[in-house]
Amino acid sequence: MASVFEYAPAPESRSIVDIAPSYGLFIDGEFVEAAEGKVFKTVSPSTEEVLAEIAQAGEADVDRAVKAARKAFEKWSALPGSERAKYLFRIARIIQERARELAVLETLDNGKPIKETRDADLPLVAAHFFYYAGWADKLEHAGFGRNPKPLGVAGQVIPWNFPLLMLAWKIAPALATGNTVVLKPAETTPLSALFFADICRQAGLPKGVVNILPGYGDTGAAIVAHPDVDKVAFTGSTAVGKEIARTVAGTRKKVTLELGGKGANIVFDDAPIDQAVEGIVNGIFFNQGQVCCAGSRLLVQESIQEELLESLKRRLSTLRLGDPLDKNTDIGAINSEEQLTRITSLVEQGEAEGAERWSPACEIPTAGYWFAPTLFTNVTQAHTVARDEIFGPVLSVLTFRTPDEAVAKANNTAYGLSAGIWTEKGSRILAVANKLRAGVVWSNTFNKFDPTSPFGGYKESGFGREGGRHGLEAYLAPSSPEGER
Amino acid sequence: MTMPTNASAAAHALTDVTASDSTLRRFLHGLPGVDAVGLEGRAASLGTRSIKTTAKAYAIDLAISMVDLTTLEGADTPGKVRALGVKAVHPDPTDRTTPATAAVCVYPDMVATAKEAVAGSTVKVASVATAFPAGRAALTVKLADVREAVAAGADEIDMVIDRGAFLAGNYMKVYDEIVAVKEACGTSARLKVIFETGELSTYDNIRRASWLGMLAGADFIKTSTGKVAVNATPANTLLMLEAVRDFRAQTGIQVGVKPAGGIRTTKDAVKFLVLVNETAGEDWLDNHWFRFGASSLLNDLLMQRQKLATGRYSGPDYVTVD
Repeated sequence: MASVFEYAPAPESRSIVDIAPSYGLFIDGEFVEAAEGKVFKTVSPSTEEVLAEIAQAGEADVDRAVKAARKAFEKWSALPGSERAKYLFRIARIIQERARELAVLETLDNGKPIKETRDADLPLVAAHFFYYAGWADKLEHAGFGRNPKPLGVAGQVIPWNFPLLMLAWKIAPALATGNTVVLKPAETTPLSALFFADICRQAGLPKGVVNILPGYGDTGAAIVAHPDVDKVAFTGSTAVGKEIARTVAGTRKKVTLELGGKGANIVFDDAPIDQAVEGIVNGIFFNQGQVCCAGSRLLVQESIQEELLESLKRRLSTLRLGDPLDKNTDIGAINSEEQLTRITSLVEQGEAEGAERWSPACEIPTAGYWFAPTLFTNVTQAHTVARDEIFGPVLSVLTFRTPDEAVAKANNTAYGLSAGIWTEKGSRILAVANKLRAGVVWSNTFNKFDPTSPFGGYKESGFGREGGRHGLEAYLAPSSPEGER
Repeated sequence: MTMPTNASAAAHALTDVTASDSTLRRFLHGLPGVDAVGLEGRAASLGTRSIKTTAKAYAIDLAISMVDLTTLEGADTPGKVRALGVKAVHPDPTDRTTPATAAVCVYPDMVATAKEAVAGSTVKVASVATAFPAGRAALTVKLADVREAVAAGADEIDMVIDRGAFLAGNYMKVYDEIVAVKEACGTSARLKVIFETGELSTYDNIRRASWLGMLAGADFIKTSTGKVAVNATPANTLLMLEAVRDFRAQTGIQVGVKPAGGIRTTKDAVKFLVLVNETAGEDWLDNHWFRFGASSLLNDLLMQRQKLATGRYSGPDYVTVD
């Protein structure tokens, strides 16, 4: 639909990021080839252009990296906290200095709009390193005993939806507490982690403290299963999380899992409607809905359903889908063909089960992986689209009549990662929030993150917390008896 | 608040809300609340739209055509007002393709002078009647002020509401005054109702004032006089745009919006146009429905326009001082 006020394209320059044709594994402070010589390609989801060829880590590489991390651990963990803090502060500052470059890189590799990498991802990445740098010399005051000790080598596996942010969530607390790291980025988005490896060198981080091993699921499995890994941290799908839990069961390894979600966004009849609409949009269309804590189930009070849906549809019609490097783009590309297929099939199932599908009129680019923002109305708890995590820009709208019913429906899920409450009544916020079984409950807002605030789930959304003071606990051994050093 | 589908039935239902003090209060307090953090967040995020090249050229010309070129000083003279009028008609003497501004805005005693200065052009003459800017005068005085301005040829009347009455919860008094002023405007002048949002202080109050003004027959709702510390902001303008959008959905009646005071740069003006475009919609992207109350904005728009046309920055001496 042509509008009278057409915004001219405003693309961010991609020349500020220099992507090499190929990248190796980052082990013991050096970029090296994979032992088996295997490589894979990473593509830009918005254009299907091949960005680079990446070395694929096998079992031998994992072993090498874990050994390097083990060796580095001796010195790294013995450093005073204030010394470790210096490195972390330095990394944080370099990230800020290179923020524009990293934002463009992330947008190219992931497909998410530059607006989000620039205004959300990168500021948060730097903030996490700053925050945990501040903790490094204050661990005795974190509330986990007088003399908390690091665990050793942390094996970390992160997803493709927030590649650099998830890396920051994992690496910053691990290093602050004195652990060393072997991290596997997702196969579709390895680039920012490899750029981070370069930042570690720029910061003069001792060799072997951070090791980056791109690869597929089998690489991750090898890291998790490696006998000399002391701690496993994983963010990703519930199915893989269960597999990891089975692998580490019975071992001494500590584990934290951040898995799927099917967040309820509850809108009461006295909600600030215009802001609730913004929150719903932000809750499900941020990062094309590829967010584990997305508010993918809208629970709206029946009495305002019609009005709210009308406002929501009008608002969705203003969303701008297209080139993620354009500063005016709201909705970028889906991360991979595989993910697009999954979204498409779940949406088709939703239609087949009788839910009503709606999307605003919007042009879909011909190359790349795209999915228009989609609403499902007439959804009930029994529909697949109300139960399964779609991990795409698809919102299921359900209704409720009373606060009790809202709570019952919100909790009626296998997951428990996030929820939102929209009401102008303060007492209702407190009453409802206390009854929701979700790791994060946002009130009159959604998808707000801060390094000081712990994040994690209930039920099939995993266990353990990342972020905040609580995030340190997952990387610390039980306190030693008083007096012992 | 429900959203009836039949606009005329809705308009009829809305006349009931002004039946008494208590129905009016209940209606205004029943409007959806405003969450300040969310509202300001939305305004800020729309402020990050990047408007360049052709979009920028369009926005600059549109913004120029929406300016109410204003002089509201105690020291205003016929000479000053004439100069303003000539500038409104031909804002850039070096480029006659520059659109005229929407109006010149003057005190009531200057209306006749302004009218002469813009004669034969599309430029309207707006006048701040009703004991501007305090509004602290008897209704009879305010109405006389309005009638004088209209008689002198004012096309538009900018009226300030009685903020004291509003803050005291005396909504009916405010409503009645607006109705009376609207009547004094007759059929020839459009009425802009100024809320002085900085004095109303809360966003809930601004939404209530917006609806109150529209119920009473305002043709335009306007943020402020430009004479207090907090004038137009992206957030309060966004809120008023939501109000006119919702009012039209309910009644079928379209009302204009005018942010005033503090908008000085092209960059700011463009941000407001983005707010209009993405909140109320393109039906409001026209100087019949959206205005900028500004005096110094125009020169920055002209300099940016010259920059786009020539590729070089000129300087303040390449636009007229008034």
